[in-house]
Amino acid sequence: MTALGKLLRTTAFKLTLVYLAVFAIFAAFLLMYFAWNTRRLITEQITQTVDAEITGLSEQYRQGGIRRLVFIVDARSRRPGSSLYLVTAPAGQTLAGNVGSLPAGTLNTTGWVETAYRRPDDPDGSVHHALVRVFQLPAGFRLLVGRDLEERERLRDIILAAGRWSLAIVVVLGIAGGLFVTRRVLKRIDAMTETTRKIMEGDLTGRLAIAGTGDELDRLASNLNDMLERIEALMHGLKEMSDNIAHDLKTPLTRLRNRCEEALRVAEDESQYRLALESTIEESEALIATFNALLMIARAESGQARDGMTDVDAAEIARGVGELYEPVADEKGIQLRVAAPAAVPVHGNRELISQALANLVDNAIKYGAPDNGLINGAEPEIVIEAMPDGERILLTVADAGCGIPAVDRGRAVERFVRLEQSRSQPGSGLGLSLASAVARLHGGELRLEDNHPGLRTVLSLPRAAQASATQ
Amino acid sequence: MISSANQASVTSDIAYPRDHRFTMRLLIIEDDRDAADYLAKAFREVGHVADLASDGEEGLAQALDGQYDVLIVDRMLPKLDGLSVIGALRSKGIETPALILSALGQVDDRVKGLRAGGDDYLPKPYSFSELLARSEVLARRRGGREETVYRVGDLALDRLSHQVTRAGEEIVLQPREFRLLEYLMKHAGQVVTRTMLLENVWDYHFDPQTNVIDVHISRLRSKIDKGFAQPLLHTVRGAGYVVRDSK
Repeated sequence: MTALGKLLRTTAFKLTLVYLAVFAIFAAFLLMYFAWNTRRLITEQITQTVDAEITGLSEQYRQGGIRRLVFIVDARSRRPGSSLYLVTAPAGQTLAGNVGSLPAGTLNTTGWVETAYRRPDDPDGSVHHALVRVFQLPAGFRLLVGRDLEERERLRDIILAAGRWSLAIVVVLGIAGGLFVTRRVLKRIDAMTETTRKIMEGDLTGRLAIAGTGDELDRLASNLNDMLERIEALMHGLKEMSDNIAHDLKTPLTRLRNRCEEALRVAEDESQYRLALESTIEESEALIATFNALLMIARAESGQARDGMTDVDAAEIARGVGELYEPVADEKGIQLRVAAPAAVPVHGNRELISQALANLVDNAIKYGAPDNGLINGAEPEIVIEAMPDGERILLTVADAGCGIPAVDRGRAVERFVRLEQSRSQPGSGLGLSLASAVARLHGGELRLEDNHPGLRTVLSLPRAAQASATQ
Repeated sequence: MISSANQASVTSDIAYPRDHRFTMRLLIIEDDRDAADYLAKAFREVGHVADLASDGEEGLAQALDGQYDVLIVDRMLPKLDGLSVIGALRSKGIETPALILSALGQVDDRVKGLRAGGDDYLPKPYSFSELLARSEVLARRRGGREETVYRVGDLALDRLSHQVTRAGEEIVLQPREFRLLEYLMKHAGQVVTRTMLLENVWDYHFDPQTNVIDVHISRLRSKIDKGFAQPLLHTVRGAGYVVRDSK
């Protein structure tokens, strides 16, 4: 649509029109009120003047009769700027006065009447208007006194003209002003639209300009920028994740393929082929497990699992996981203990937290016992704890094994990282990554600490909001 | 995935054991031709009867007509998706147990599937032994009267008093061991996989990556089988466990 068309459809312009209409109506109303009042004033003045004259004339009539009346009226009529007078004989002839012709029947009315008339010196000329009062005198004579309404009519004309002019000016100025203001606003919004379009087309690093006025458009721009920030971060994370997944899966897939290729090259009899096929299945299943774990991590990191969250008890989770792994620990000569006496409410996904904790416990069992079997003559211990800690709750697994040196702790949480100490044991290298992702999904973190000796892994999660009265 | 991850090796005698007492009639609703043929062939090899349907509408029609023991339903189907098929069957009062196969394997997907009327949910990829074990368990669900005492051989488990006896002798079990044995005896004679145990006895849906279940089983075994002539708790290579009177 044309630029003007766009302008006219903006909310700003429509608003301007509304204001204009309201203002114009008010102004017109005021003007009309003023005009009406002034008209009334003038009319009052006329009637008062005429009344005064009539009082005087009636006095004259009382004193000198009709002759005197005629004489006075005649004299007054000649004076410039005088009122209008007419005295007629019963038959209708003018005896004195300065009124030319009157519409028929006017002289028969009584009281005030507005009438047209002509001047005596201008019998075919223009029609004038007057406000007159007619009196019926004894013996059929009639007296008429009045004033020309010329002034009042002129006033009306002036006001009408003023009204028309001001309306025109107001409308023109209003529209012009409206267009001007609208254009400025539209320019800003158009700039924002253009910028967002460019950003969406490709350059996610772009941001909207903030004019610094702090008005609603600035606030909008600021919020849109925040949103763009988030989108950029998500896109970046997505790209990273898909790059990682591609990399993480290609290695075992290649390995798989190589095994099969090797078998084709090398195998000679059925049993060897069988062995190769079985090993292929094994590798495939390890690959599937890896893939599932990666998917779980990706979901946890992108926040997709948030809808599965309810209020759960971390102490119960600790007990459940501890109970699951206790026999495994026992087989290795390790004492697995759960210290979670009181309920510890957490808002989260029971499945994910259990899995994270299970990974930590599994690690502790695998690496958490010193090689010589006993510590100070007693069985080594792994302790699972669930306890509140201010605004957070802590799920910890503490062992007395070889621990992780401080320098390696950052790396250990990365995907597929297996530290030197763990080379001998089977494992995917994803356990800590998943635990860390789960912690972050819940708005918490996974910490690796020194247990003096050994390792202490801590899942720090936000505490659930206190909902029940018993809390 | 668990079955071989914690076996030392998968030998040539992967047994696809089956409950010899009955033959299942299955309907497999799967649009992937290869997968469907593979499943049908595998089920038939074990001695069951398998029919195929390649889209949701066909599957629904067949399920309404035929008398099946178990439905294997893929979630993503052309024309009518798996969950809708099951929903339609349930709304018509058809209670045939349905096992849902799906690439979507997260817990909330599972919950959705079960809420739609499914009875079990198996994420892809799966191992056939897992699918077989779960199908057989579904097909032979005890309906109606629930027994209070499970018996296998001379082993008896009282579900109300939580007493376990064998040959008259009382055996003391931890609560979790009791639940484990209860589940195994509930499905006596049928193979129960490690995943099924993890889900039904512990309510966990993740893979613990180690042989936790094996260790629990061996503990249980040492309590109920050690010292008795007949072993009742058997390991089925490549599949899981079964409580069975080996006569």
